[in-house]
Amino acid sequence: MSREELVVQRARKAFQTGKTKPLELVTERKKEIADSLKKDLGKSERCTELFETLGCEGEIRLALQHLSDWAAPRPVEKTLMTLVDQAYVQPQPLGLVLIIGAWNYPWAVTLQPLVGAIAAGNAAIIKPSEVSSHSARAMEELLPLYLDTDLYPVVTGGVSETQELLRQRWDHVFYTGSSSVGRLVMEAAAAHLTPVTLELGGKSPCYIHSDCNIRVAEDHVGKFVNCGQTCISPDYVLCEPSVQSRLLEEVRECIKEFYTENPKGFEDYGRIINQRHFRRIMGLMEGSTVALGGDCDEADCYIGPTVLKDVSADSKVMKEEIFGPVLPIISVSGVDQAIQFISDREKPLVIYVFTEDKKIIQRMIADTSSGALLANDCLVHFTVSTLPFGGVGHSGMGCYKGKHTFDQLSHLRSCLIKSSSLESVNSLRYPPHTQRKINWLRLLLLKQIDLKKLRRFTMITALMGLTAFIVQVTGVHRQTDLDTSEGQVFRAVAKPPQPAAI
Amino acid sequence: IEKLPGLGRTPLLFFISMLAHSSMIQYDTSLLELTGLENEIKLAIDKLSVWAAPRAVERSILTLSDQVYVRPQPLGVVLIIGAWNYPWALTLGPLVGAIAAGNAAVVKPSELSECSSLLLRALLPRYLDKDLYPVVTGGVSETQELLRQRWDHVFYTGSSSVGRLVMEAAAAHLTPVTLELGGKSPCYIHSDCNIRVVARRITWGKFVNCGQTCIAPDYVLCEPSVQNQLIDCIRLTLLEFYGADPKSSPDYGRIINQRHFNRILSLMEGYVPVIGGQSDASQRYIAPTVLRDVPPQSRLMQEEIFGPVLPLVAVSDIDDAIRFINEREKPLALYVFCTDQKGIEKMLEETTSGGVLVNDVLMHYTLSSLPFGGVGHSGMGSYHGKHSFEQLSHMRSCLVRSLAMESVNLSRYPPQDRRRGRIRAYRGWGIGGEPLTQKWSD
Repeated sequence: MSREELVVQRARKAFQTGKTKPLELVTERKKEIADSLKKDLGKSERCTELFETLGCEGEIRLALQHLSDWAAPRPVEKTLMTLVDQAYVQPQPLGLVLIIGAWNYPWAVTLQPLVGAIAAGNAAIIKPSEVSSHSARAMEELLPLYLDTDLYPVVTGGVSETQELLRQRWDHVFYTGSSSVGRLVMEAAAAHLTPVTLELGGKSPCYIHSDCNIRVAEDHVGKFVNCGQTCISPDYVLCEPSVQSRLLEEVRECIKEFYTENPKGFEDYGRIINQRHFRRIMGLMEGSTVALGGDCDEADCYIGPTVLKDVSADSKVMKEEIFGPVLPIISVSGVDQAIQFISDREKPLVIYVFTEDKKIIQRMIADTSSGALLANDCLVHFTVSTLPFGGVGHSGMGCYKGKHTFDQLSHLRSCLIKSSSLESVNSLRYPPHTQRKINWLRLLLLKQIDLKKLRRFTMITALMGLTAFIVQVTGVHRQTDLDTSEGQVFRAVAKPPQPAAI
Repeated sequence: IEKLPGLGRTPLLFFISMLAHSSMIQYDTSLLELTGLENEIKLAIDKLSVWAAPRAVERSILTLSDQVYVRPQPLGVVLIIGAWNYPWALTLGPLVGAIAAGNAAVVKPSELSECSSLLLRALLPRYLDKDLYPVVTGGVSETQELLRQRWDHVFYTGSSSVGRLVMEAAAAHLTPVTLELGGKSPCYIHSDCNIRVVARRITWGKFVNCGQTCIAPDYVLCEPSVQNQLIDCIRLTLLEFYGADPKSSPDYGRIINQRHFNRILSLMEGYVPVIGGQSDASQRYIAPTVLRDVPPQSRLMQEEIFGPVLPLVAVSDIDDAIRFINEREKPLALYVFCTDQKGIEKMLEETTSGGVLVNDVLMHYTLSSLPFGGVGHSGMGSYHGKHSFEQLSHMRSCLVRSLAMESVNLSRYPPQDRRRGRIRAYRGWGIGGEPLTQKWSD
């Protein structure tokens, strides 16, 4: 039996013992995590905190606080037929989840799904990306110190180990990475009828309308965070030619302000993950005009913040997701052409639009499709854990963050609890059938009861009845008053004097 | 494309009503196929504006002044592959959801229910736009050719083995799938029940449509003492439902084709039925049949029966039953007959299944507020009512900010050192922070 098979078998046995039911979560070792990220991606400590660990902490805190709500039975609306029954949806663990992490945010995209897996009561096997090798090693060392090693083992390795893992049977596979590998993951999962969550990528367009304050807009274009190696980073910009020239100026200023005159020596500017990707990104720039940057150092895996201008739609850089610090600018005549351009291509993970004109934003929303849409900012929707984070089409399937991770990694089981009485109602459905029986049944089945409205109606009726009753009572009470001493005086005064007897 | 629901739904309702009131349709059909469909359509028409509206989500401190919501969107073109056992409900049910969500859809009814699929192909274009909702008939090779195309979603109802092939084909295009599959749905009867009532409910659920229902109680688990009583009550009930000769009852169905007829008969080989067992190949008729003391490892217990044969398997107690169920694939439905609250809770807590129904069978299918679907080998995804709409929509996250409020953003721009920002600002920004309970409309 292969190592992977053994690991899976142990985790499944551990899950079946019911050990996952109580929930305990990890506290992070920030220094070791930051060190590993520095070695992998040249991330500074503050960048690590901002973009990796803070998100994880947020997810854990959210799960701890809300778990009892998320895991509780969820009642549903009933029909006349089921009025006296209990009808609800009960979240249940799926069983064994495989989490395949990515190398660009190795801790965030590996641990955040793990939080949801644990919260939902599953066991999970964590397979960090081998490309971010230092982080993978750190995870392999640290996680067992905080989590049960049978229920949440870490399995490191390369392509063949991942393939071996995918041959096993899982109850869910959560994969973050490229669309091409996403296909292989889903194909492998199909053999076992295993559901999947695929967080993939694509080319996320960024449309900048002519009406907006370019200076401010540019500040928001989070292209160079993690050296462009973010699945939701704005891949390319669409704007009118007049905007392009203004944009170039502002980007130049911005880069100087954010990363100083010498980004290479600056702590908060990262590196490309490895030389293969370095060469890939440099190759993409062929045939396009470099307007800014373009400096590089292969030995250091450094590519300076680079902007390409007047890029054509069929250039090399527009053929695949860049995943690097290279920002192409493509000229369009206006929002119509921009929408056409976007709709001609695969659905991206996110669309960015910069404009103060609400109509333009609404048009972008209505006439395009993407995992998410963000107006007048970049990347931050990832931090709003109430928004489901995921793709559509080639950018992915399924979603996560906050409660969505819990729901994604649970089975939402329908439960209907009837009583064994009311058999006479049931006899409507038994053969021999008659039209009369069918008609009754249709009434009972087709009428949806809004319990809240019914309760409100019942309460109002009861209140009205009570009010009427009180009014009645006080009326009677006023009548009874006449029998007291005051009442007698009143009556004496009220009664007309009797004429004296003659 | 969002205008589609207005085009499609009312004609579809007329279509279904026409079928429902046709005197040619048997009662069973009206009850099981068309009533449910009418319900789905009425619900979609009533609630569509609510389902399709943007849904506000809780915001964090930094997104307080923003619009933060989830907006349902159509996926595009959906492939709906129907099944033969309830050819109308299982083909048109998903279609209602597809139309409501604003998609186009290609409808591929099952070739096994030949008459229904031909009728569907003839009638649907008279009520629905044939470019947006074409019907494609055909067999295995036509279905394979359809699956080679690129879809935005594939909705398949049928067997687990074909479900695998559907998902594999979808994987090539990264197409999400909904698979409504099957399995062996166990039915546990606790010794404290009123066996007479239990027998009626189970008999109805098992033999309706001649056992060819994905959520039919496949087999019964009960203690040996219960078995005897159960057999007697089922015998009485069968008499009540179908008379002394079920073959001549207008309410008792037939097996879909010769292949399935032979398959079910071969599953019964080697057993002496305590009830029924008769068959007639010329009519594809199999009498309502009950077998007792069926061994767990028998062939009968390996595959979904999908026929009017009810095996009774003896278990010693509720724990034994739970163990039995958990040793097998997760079923589409689990039925529990028990009056003891603790027993019910134990069963629910210690097993899993697509859905679970206590003290009755099949009826959870009729409550459209409950998501209907499987887990594990019994399927993935769910539908009915609002769930169909959501399954066939893309829930797109939208965050609309203003270019003002620039000062608050400063903290996240590099250089990320203490001069420019503080951790407190980040927390206020919402990362690592609790979303506030502020709704968009506030």
